Amino acid sequence: MGKKGKSKIKKRLKYFSNTRVYEYQDQAFKYFGLFCTLIGVVVLMLLLGDVLYRGLSRLDWDFIMGLPSRRAARAGIFTAWVGTLWIMVLTAVIAFPIGISAGLYLEEYNKRSRLSNIIEINIANLAGVPSIIYGLLGLELFARALRLGESVLTGALTLSLLILPIIIVSTREALKAVPYSIREGSYALGASKWQTIWFQVLPAGVSGIFTGVILSLSRAIGETAPLIVIGALTFVPFVPEGVLDSFTVLPIQIFNWVSRPQKEFSENAAAAIIILLSITFIMNGIAVYIRHKWQKKVKW
Amino acid sequence: MKIEAKNVHVYYGSDHVLKGVTLSIKKNTVTALIGPSGCGKSTFLRCFNRMNDLIENARVEGEIQIEGVDIYHPKINVNELRKTVGMVFQKPNPFPKSIFENVAYGLRVNGVKDNALIEEKVESSLRGAALWDEVKDKLKKSALALSGGQQQRLCIARALAVEPSVLLMDEPASALDPISSTKIEELIYSLKANYTILIVTHNMQQASRTSDKTAFFYMGDLVEYDDTRTLFTNPKKERTQNYITGRFG
Repeated sequence: MGKKGKSKIKKRLKYFSNTRVYEYQDQAFKYFGLFCTLIGVVVLMLLLGDVLYRGLSRLDWDFIMGLPSRRAARAGIFTAWVGTLWIMVLTAVIAFPIGISAGLYLEEYNKRSRLSNIIEINIANLAGVPSIIYGLLGLELFARALRLGESVLTGALTLSLLILPIIIVSTREALKAVPYSIREGSYALGASKWQTIWFQVLPAGVSGIFTGVILSLSRAIGETAPLIVIGALTFVPFVPEGVLDSFTVLPIQIFNWVSRPQKEFSENAAAAIIILLSITFIMNGIAVYIRHKWQKKVKW
Repeated sequence: MKIEAKNVHVYYGSDHVLKGVTLSIKKNTVTALIGPSGCGKSTFLRCFNRMNDLIENARVEGEIQIEGVDIYHPKINVNELRKTVGMVFQKPNPFPKSIFENVAYGLRVNGVKDNALIEEKVESSLRGAALWDEVKDKLKKSALALSGGQQQRLCIARALAVEPSVLLMDEPASALDPISSTKIEELIYSLKANYTILIVTHNMQQASRTSDKTAFFYMGDLVEYDDTRTLFTNPKKERTQNYITGRFG
């Protein structure tokens, strides 16, 4: 060996010396990736800091429990956040069962038919339709044709339409992740299709379904445009007591305030943004918690 | 005769994967189905509990009778059939639930509500699958925490709980280590007293150790079907001889 072996290694190292380039590439991409990540995080932090700086001093119990007023210092967001709560619950009640059932049907019952393919493409497209279009649809269909007016129900139905594609797609993805062997095992024991879906597939996919569903709901409560179109941008000095009452929501209240010239109103807007962000963060937190909890229960 | 297959053909779309298989199986025996990959042995196995029904484009022709009942008769309830003909798969596929619930599942989907009865059945099934002593203190724990061999025995216990008379096993030990594999083989031997067992295997030793009869499949045809000892020591067809001695396949 000795000398001959050594020279062979030398030769080999020389031959492969251009692999250095790949190392540089690796490093370069690492820093580029870090930079991209930081842009997102830093910008978000700056925005958050700005909002907190401007709005925190305005945030107190009276602001949260106060009714709207034309004077900035007396105005509160009680009707707005209660409206948001109404919309949230009603949208969930309408959209969740329909969306999850549709996802189940497409994934479990009608997987490879032509109809299913067409529906799938359409749903993907629907998810990309601008929200204001949904607003116009809601205005025409629910507010006018069904005579529901500028009510909470109209708003919830419109937002349900908006988030249905997201729920359907995330339900399907969650069900796809459930291994086929689980279904096979269930069928082999004489379980019916319904029993297999209800007792095995759904529980195994529930964390994925809920995560998608809750995220879709946080999108719904942040929507402004479609609700403006159906007429929620009005002065509502009372809290809705039924699904046919008129309403306003936090994003619209914020939109209303930021469009005014007085500095006091923009302070109000910042404070309201803090509340809206808090609601969104809490919901995302719930989504993460559910995913975590179910993942512990259901391990592959 | 317990099980009778007459001229069974299976098609996947335009693929003719099983070409007229006829064979009969006696009660309380172990029959091994052997042959190279893609020869149709698993497909044949899945005809007996109609798992092929779940595959799109799959079509089964011919007749299969279990104790005189034509299982492809339109009036047959497939779910009832699958309770009579249990199945264990190649890869252990326990449900992501507790050990107890895995075994109880088959009873629950059959509408059994009596908890005392379920507990009793779970224990006897786990004993039947030689798993009870290993899991009796952790029945509430996730089945997925068990080892691969234990999971497979759990799947066998799960199948036993619904009191089938036939057990289909699709390479039940191929994903397991040698010790777990031996345990499964011993189990198969002891189950023979109460069940009629069909087992697909790639392992010649396993086939010769566990089975009474062996069927050799090649390219969708049943080439030879005989007593295991005869088939392994004195095969009539050259192709069988070549396969069992490892000259092809």
